[in-house]
Amino acid sequence: MTSQHRPSGIVAQEVCKSFGSHVVLDKVSLGVEEGTVLALLGPNGAGKTTMVRILSTLLPADSGSVSIAGHDVVTDPNGVRAVIGVTGQFSAVDNLLTGAENLQLIADLRHLGREGGRRRVAELLEQFELTDAAHKPLSTYSGGMRRRLDLAMTLVGQPRVIFLDEPTTGLDPRSRRTMWQIIRDLASAGVTILLTTQYLDEADQLANRITVLDQGRIVAEGTPAELKNRIPGGHVRLHFASLDPLRSAAQLLQTAAADRDQLVLQVSADGSVDSLRELLDELHEARIDVDHLSIHTPDLDDVFFAVTGSHVSAQSDQYRTPEGAANR
Amino acid sequence: MTTLAHTLSDSRVMLRRDLKHQLRYPSLTVMLVGLPIVLLLLFVYVFGGQLGAGLGSHLGRSAYLNYVVPGLMLITVASAIQGTSIMVAMDMTGGIIDRFRTMAISRASVLTGHVLGSMIQVLAAIGVLIGVAFGLGLHSAAGPLHWLAAIGILILFALALIWLAVALGLAAKSVETASNTPMVLFLLVFLSSGFVSTATMPTGLRQFAEYQPFSPVADTVRELINGTAIGDHAIAAAAWSIALAVVAYLWATRLYDRRRAVEPK
Repeated sequence: MTSQHRPSGIVAQEVCKSFGSHVVLDKVSLGVEEGTVLALLGPNGAGKTTMVRILSTLLPADSGSVSIAGHDVVTDPNGVRAVIGVTGQFSAVDNLLTGAENLQLIADLRHLGREGGRRRVAELLEQFELTDAAHKPLSTYSGGMRRRLDLAMTLVGQPRVIFLDEPTTGLDPRSRRTMWQIIRDLASAGVTILLTTQYLDEADQLANRITVLDQGRIVAEGTPAELKNRIPGGHVRLHFASLDPLRSAAQLLQTAAADRDQLVLQVSADGSVDSLRELLDELHEARIDVDHLSIHTPDLDDVFFAVTGSHVSAQSDQYRTPEGAANR
Repeated sequence: MTTLAHTLSDSRVMLRRDLKHQLRYPSLTVMLVGLPIVLLLLFVYVFGGQLGAGLGSHLGRSAYLNYVVPGLMLITVASAIQGTSIMVAMDMTGGIIDRFRTMAISRASVLTGHVLGSMIQVLAAIGVLIGVAFGLGLHSAAGPLHWLAAIGILILFALALIWLAVALGLAAKSVETASNTPMVLFLLVFLSSGFVSTATMPTGLRQFAEYQPFSPVADTVRELINGTAIGDHAIAAAAWSIALAVVAYLWATRLYDRRRAVEPK
């Protein structure tokens, strides 16, 4: 390896993966520069977890190449494993051990030595506010504590590259904010991070760049600001009392998406007072009665609507038929 | 550290983890170790009088105690490896295995930890069983060398069954399945010369009993601890043990490497 042109961070090129006839990843390429945070954003079943499993040597790709901090996952998996840390979606802790024992186990497997291991364990218990519960069995831990321990175990060996698969799913708002702070601290310490999430605000808060994955394909990529420019800024939902005004409004506002069952019309809008006034004036002039309206800030659904033209809710089914996947 | 040093160190860490599990899950450990003792008492005091009379010795119950101890040693092995399967399946169905797989640790160490831990458990349980058997009046004409040879054969056979249990634990889709499949091995001890002489069984069953691995092992151990002449059983016992161990080891490592090449849930 030449030190002159040493590839760093995460580089994945045209990664494909199928399970039987079900295409899970279709030529997914992504790059994370050393010391930056990439959020892989997508609904359930988009292929996020499969991608993380391939990047972290847990699953072989059908084709394509992956290199982590200069190590190829196929030819040098142990080189990759020595520099990465992975926190999966399901907690990877030993339920029969205490918190301290769990950390000590990883320290021993990382060959940190007796003294070094003990110091690192104490450090992490302190950092993750687990010192008081250190010698209690895991059955007494809350969901947030489990997640923190899980992440602490990932950090025992001070990995340079970290994968976090939906790190805040299932956490209460307070634990979620604590987790965000931990991730921010790691990022500012120069750790390369790839995290997956279903929440745009999470990606927005934490990531330098966002890659949007849908049905195994990358549908958008850019900085949070770039992506938000592509979303007009959320939407306004117009609620109608009956079908007639809904139809007329849908005809008037060509860009709108109608839900006939709920008598709701969704109109893209950036949330500014001017655009709202314009919309209401337009409806007023056409003499269309709107029952009431609600304003929504941009979320994952809007990103999806903007980049794929369809809604997450209509396609969030994890077990799509192969036909459905092939049609796209 | 060299690769070998890493492997040894990782295996030691995993062994320590397995032993801790046994201590933290005492109900399972006590049940698996206690069952052979209960069966020993049952077979010696309830069935022993009549079964002993059938041995053609005037000593009756006490002669049957000498006869049945090797059978119960095998029950001990079959019982303990249920725990092995359960522990392996618990690892594989939980998230912890993914953490181990994403770390630069010796791939073999996860399984060797379980195997060594189970072996220690088996030996401890057999030790307790022998102690109780002596307490009940086991009389052994064998010297220390014979005893060592008997323990050696048991270790070899236990190694084979433990690897088999590891493979069954890996193959199981759930912890429940993993706790049930080794029951078959338990049954095989009863269908061998462990409890009664195969000569007393009906033809078909007798042939099965004579040609399955538990019989030569039970016979060899019995001859060794009773200090009688060792027949051809010893060769059959060793051959079965080695063959089973190799096949089970290959099956287990293959399952371990293959696992997870499937769609995540």
